[in-house]
Amino acid sequence: MTAAVAVTTTWYLLLAAMLFVIGVVGVMVRRNPLILFMCIELMLNAVNLTFVALARRMGDIGGQSTVFFVMVVAAAEVVVGLGIIVAILRRKPGATTDDLSELKG
Amino acid sequence: MELFVFVVAAAMVLGGAVGVILRSHPVHAALSLVLTLFGVAVLFVAQEANFLAAVQVIVYSGAIVVLFLFVIMLLGVDKVEDLKIEPFKIQRPAAVAVGAGLLSLISLAILVSRDATPPTVVPSDAVQAALDGAHDSNIRAIARDVFGDHVLAFELTSVLLVIAVVATVLLARKPRKGEKT
Repeated sequence: MTAAVAVTTTWYLLLAAMLFVIGVVGVMVRRNPLILFMCIELMLNAVNLTFVALARRMGDIGGQSTVFFVMVVAAAEVVVGLGIIVAILRRKPGATTDDLSELKG
Repeated sequence: MELFVFVVAAAMVLGGAVGVILRSHPVHAALSLVLTLFGVAVLFVAQEANFLAAVQVIVYSGAIVVLFLFVIMLLGVDKVEDLKIEPFKIQRPAAVAVGAGLLSLISLAILVSRDATPPTVVPSDAVQAALDGAHDSNIRAIARDVFGDHVLAFELTSVLLVIAVVATVLLARKPRKGEKT
């Protein structure tokens, strides 16, 4: 068992695929807007993992730089998204995504 | 050893992710998210991406999850959501079916392209010089790449962050009396 099995890039890619799919299913199933945001974070992390795995395989540091930028954009996205959620939930406390089907007013 | 680290970290990642989508309490979901993000950070270290692992822990686990928890507490939505409520009967089986299909498609693509030779990438001279240095070569190489080849994108992210901050302040502000929102 020791040293017999090498962890290859494929393993990382499959793990990232599973993480991404869990995020997708979460977005489709859950109704709390905050949980939806967490699922989006899961998907972003899966993509980051893919980038790092392929950057290592190809010996290119560009993938890691891309992950750095993705993290910055994700942070900005979370800030704006949570701002929107706070504004909505202040108006309609306890709103789920079903209650937000009409955004006017 | 690498196998052991991978298995433990993968269990952290998947367990946390499943916790995010199955826990009915938002605070528990946020804490499961921390578990996932730590697992991803461990996998980054295992792949010699030390700088990104540090950024992952600081930015994601530190800032973003704290922001989530802050919003949950601030809005007082930390109540148990009844997961039994299901407005559309077909929704959950359909979601699981779509997820299974997507997973099998992605896995198939990964396994088919497993033995493909990746295109060779020649790093620029500065990055290569940084990679050759033994000490802290990962951080040096990323710095050469970000501040050398992608400096315009780096500057644009600062613009993006300023816009995000201003937009959030505008969104979170309470409208004054007599002012139309």
